[in-house]
Amino acid sequence: MEARRAALGLNDPIWSQYVHYLKNLLAGDFGESITRPGLSVSQIIGQRLPATIELAGLAFVIAMLVSIPLGVLMAALTRGGRRQRTELAFTSSSIVFAAIPEFILAVGLVCLFGQGVGLLGIFPVAGRSGPLSLVLPVISLAVAPTVVLARVVRVEVLTVMEADYIRTARSKRLRAWRLYLRHALPNAVTATLTLSGLLLGGLIAGTVLVESVMAWPGLGSSMVSSILTKDYPLVQGIVLVYGVVVLVINLVVDVVLAVLDPRSAIQES
Amino acid sequence: MTARTSSSAPDPSTPSPARRLLAGLAKTIRTPMGATATVFLGVVLLAAIVAPMLWSGTAAKVDATALDQGPSGEHWLGTDNLGRDLLLRVLVAARLSVLLSLSATAIGISLGLLLGAAPWLLGPRLGRLAAAFVNIAVAFPMLLMTLFFAVIFGVGVQGSVCAIGISMAPWFARLTQTLIAGVQKRDFVAAARIARVSRFGVLRRHILPNIAEPLIVNVALAAAAALLAFAGLSFLGLGVQAPEYDWGLLLNEGLSGIYVNPAGALGPGIAIVVAGLGFNLFGEALAKVLGSRHKVRTFRPRGASRTVSGSGGHPRQHATDGSAGDAIAPAGEVPVLEVDRLRVSLDTPNGTVSPVREISFSMKRGEALGVVGESGSGKSLTALAVAQLLESPLHVEAATLRLLGKDLMAADPRSRATRRFLATSLGLVFQNPTTSFNPTMRIGPQLAEVARLHQDMSRRQAGARAVDRLRAVRIPGAERRAKQYPHEFSGGMRQRAMVGMAMMGNPSLIIADEPTTALDVTIQRQVLNLLEQIRVENQVAVLLISHDISVIGQFCSRVLVMYAGRVVEELPSADLRTSARHPYTRALLSAVPDMTADRSQPLATVPGRPVDPADRPAGCAFAPRCTFATAQCHTAEPPLQEVGSGGTVACWNPQEGAVTAVQGQVQQAGRGQA
Ligand code: SF4
Repeated sequence: MEARRAALGLNDPIWSQYVHYLKNLLAGDFGESITRPGLSVSQIIGQRLPATIELAGLAFVIAMLVSIPLGVLMAALTRGGRRQRTELAFTSSSIVFAAIPEFILAVGLVCLFGQGVGLLGIFPVAGRSGPLSLVLPVISLAVAPTVVLARVVRVEVLTVMEADYIRTARSKRLRAWRLYLRHALPNAVTATLTLSGLLLGGLIAGTVLVESVMAWPGLGSSMVSSILTKDYPLVQGIVLVYGVVVLVINLVVDVVLAVLDPRSAIQES
Repeated sequence: MTARTSSSAPDPSTPSPARRLLAGLAKTIRTPMGATATVFLGVVLLAAIVAPMLWSGTAAKVDATALDQGPSGEHWLGTDNLGRDLLLRVLVAARLSVLLSLSATAIGISLGLLLGAAPWLLGPRLGRLAAAFVNIAVAFPMLLMTLFFAVIFGVGVQGSVCAIGISMAPWFARLTQTLIAGVQKRDFVAAARIARVSRFGVLRRHILPNIAEPLIVNVALAAAAALLAFAGLSFLGLGVQAPEYDWGLLLNEGLSGIYVNPAGALGPGIAIVVAGLGFNLFGEALAKVLGSRHKVRTFRPRGASRTVSGSGGHPRQHATDGSAGDAIAPAGEVPVLEVDRLRVSLDTPNGTVSPVREISFSMKRGEALGVVGESGSGKSLTALAVAQLLESPLHVEAATLRLLGKDLMAADPRSRATRRFLATSLGLVFQNPTTSFNPTMRIGPQLAEVARLHQDMSRRQAGARAVDRLRAVRIPGAERRAKQYPHEFSGGMRQRAMVGMAMMGNPSLIIADEPTTALDVTIQRQVLNLLEQIRVENQVAVLLISHDISVIGQFCSRVLVMYAGRVVEELPSADLRTSARHPYTRALLSAVPDMTADRSQPLATVPGRPVDPADRPAGCAFAPRCTFATAQCHTAEPPLQEVGSGGTVACWNPQEGAVTAVQGQVQQAGRGQA
C-alpha cells in the first residue's frame, strides 16, 4: 500500500503533485485509474466516450429535428391569436414536459418497458446492445430539450412574422410554407441556435444521470462510480473531458452563428 | 433553466415594490397556471411540515414480515427491502428534499447577488473581471458544475448543498448583472450617485428594490432547478446518505427493486415531478403576471387606441355614385383599379371599429393618384387593404374592389390563380427599405422569387430577370449587386431595388406606401423620378401614399385627402393651391411654404392632434381642430359631395380662394423641431 502511494506520488507535497499532474495533462496523460490498476485514465475515457457521444448526439439531433418543425407549425397555427386552445395545450404540455427531469423520465420508461403489460421487451431497458437499446435513453434525454426548443422557435418565428420583410414577402403571394420556412425561419435561427448550444450542454450533463439509470456504459456512469469509489484520477480526467466538450460546443455555436449571419460575411469588393 | 428577464424593472414612482409584489402574487394565484402551481406546492409543503411529525417513526419501522411487497391496501406503494412503508417514506422525505433544495437556492442566490453586484460595487476594472468570470461559468451546464463541486466538497448532504448552491450562483449573477445594467442608467440612480450616496447604499435602497420583481420570479425557477439537482445527486448516491433519506435516494432504492415493485420507483419519481412542477409553474405564472403589467398587449392599428368605445350610430355617408373615378376613366377602357365603399374593420371586445371607411376611387392606366393624410388617417391601411395584405383581426369589406376588372372580394386569396394574378399585376414599395428586405437572403433571389414561383421561370431565367430589373432601376454593377445581401446596399439603393422588385412581374399598378419617408432629400428625388419614369414608360398606374402633400402634389395628377379613415376631399393636384376647399387640406397646404421649396426643412404640422378612429366624435371628425366649425359640424357628418371644379369635398363650410403658406408658423415649427 505504502509502496503504491509512493508510486502514485501521493506522498509528495500537494503542489508538486498538482504540477506533476498538469505536466502530464499537457502531454495527454491523465494518469492511471486507482480502482482499475493497469488501465490508464485515457484508455478508460477512450472506451467510454463514444457511447456517451452516441447518446447525446442522437438525442440532440432528434430534438432539433422534432422541435424546429413543431415550433414553426405551432407558430403558423396560432399566429394572430388563432386557435387559442391549441396554443394553451401546446404551452402547458411543454411546460410540464420540460419540468420532468431526464432521469425521472428514464425511470418511468424503465418501469413501463421493464414491467408494463404488452410493452415488455420491445426496447431493452438497460445496457448498450444494438440500435434498439438506444431508444429509451435517447427519448429520456430528448424530450425536455425538444419542448423547450419548440417553444422558443414558436415565439421567435412569431416575432419575426411581424417584421417588415415578411410583409414584403407576403406581397409576393408565396405559399404559407415558403413564407415560414424560407423567410421567417432563417431569421429566427440566431436565438434558436444560441439556445440549442445551451441545451446540448445540458443534454450532456443529463447523460450522466440517464447512463446511471439505464446502465449505459458511457462516461457518465463511469464518473459516478469513480466518485463513489474515490478514484480521483479518473474523476479528474472525466470532468476535464466534459469541460472541454462544453467549451467546444460553445465555440462551435459561436462559429456557426457567425457563418450564418450574412452581416458578418466578408464583403466582396 | 432559462432566465426570465422580460419583466422590466418598475418605475420608482409607482407603489412600493413589496406591495406590488404582493398584489402580483395574489393575482398569480388566481390564474389557472398559478392555481395549479399553488395546489402542487401546497400539497408538497403540507407533506413537508406534517408528515415527519406524524409518521417519521412508522416510516422507519422495520417489518421483517413484509419485505419487498407490492402495493396493497395496507401499503399503498408497497414496502422496501426492510419492510418499511414506501408511501410514508415518500411523504416524510418531502421535508428533507424541500429544505435541502431551499438551502441550496439560498446559497446560490446570495452568492449570485454578490457576484452579480460586484461590477457595480467594485468599479469598472475589477467589475469587468467578475463579469468575465461569470460569463465563462454560465456556459457550463448547472448539473455538470454540481457534479464537479460535489467531487470537491465530498459525498454527503453538506457537500451537495454547497455544490448545488455554488453551481447556481453564476446563473443568478448573470441575471443580477443584466438587471442592474438595466436600472443603473436610470435617473434616480444617477441622482442618488450625485447626492453622494455610497455605492452600497444605492444598491440597497435604489437598485435592489427595483430589480426585486424579476429576481423573485427567478427564485421560484431556481428552487425547481435545485430540487431536481438534489434529487439527481441523491439518486446517484452522492447526496443524502442512509439512514437519512430524501426523494432522490428513495428513487435510487426504488430503481434497484424495480422488478419487484415498480411503484417503489414511481412514487418518489412522481413526488419529485410534482414538487418541481409546482415551483416551475409558479415561477412561470408569476413571470406572466408581473411581466404583463408593464406591457398590455392589445392590437393597435397605427394610430388606433387601446380603449375602444362603440362606433355604431355614425351616419353612413355614401359617396355620390360616379363621383370618384368613373368620370375620369374614359368609357370603354377597364380601369386598373376600382374601389367602392371600402371599409377596414376590427372586432374588439367593445364593438367593431372601422379605422377606414367609405373609400371610393378608381385609377386608369398610367395614372398617378396620391393619398395624403397624417399618420393614423388610415391611408396605409387603405393601401394594404387594396393590396389584400391585411391580416386578421383586421378585415376588409367593399362594394367593389377590382384590379384590372378582376373582382378581388370574390377571389379566393389562397388559390394559385389569385396569388399569381396579384403577384404579377400589383407591385408594392414599402416605407422602410432597410427593414423591408429579408436580411438573410441575397437581393437577387429575393427579386427572383416572384418570377420563379409565379412566372414559371427557371432559377437561371429568374435570376437574369432580377439583374435586368436591377439595371432598370439604375443600380450600377447589377450582376454583382444581385449576389449581395441587403445590408451591403445603401438606403437609396435598397429602395430602388425595392422598386425593381415591384417591377418583376410587369405590374399594371404599383402601390408605394411612403416610399421616400425614410430617405434623405436627394435620394427622395431619385426614387420619385424613378417611379415617374416607370409610370410614363410602362404605363403603370401608381398609387402613392404620403403624409407630405408637396410630394403628392408634384408626383400625382389627382389627390385624395384622408382624415380619420375617410376621404374628405378629392381634387386634381394642379388645383391644390387654387381651389382646395376642405379646411384640413388647406391646413396641410399652408403648412408647406411652397411647392418648390426645399423639403429638407422639417414639415410644419397642422395644429391639434389626429383623431382616434376608435373614438371618433359625432359629426365632422375634424371639427375639434377646425377653425371654421359650426354647430352643425359637431352633430352631423358632412357627405362627400361634388363641387364645381371637378373635385369632391366633405365639409359643411367649404372654403374658397387660394391657399397661402403661413410663413411664421412654418419657421416656428421648423425651429421647434430642429
Ligand atoms: S365640416 Fe365643419 S368642422 Fe368639418 S371641416 Fe368642414 S367646417 Fe370644419
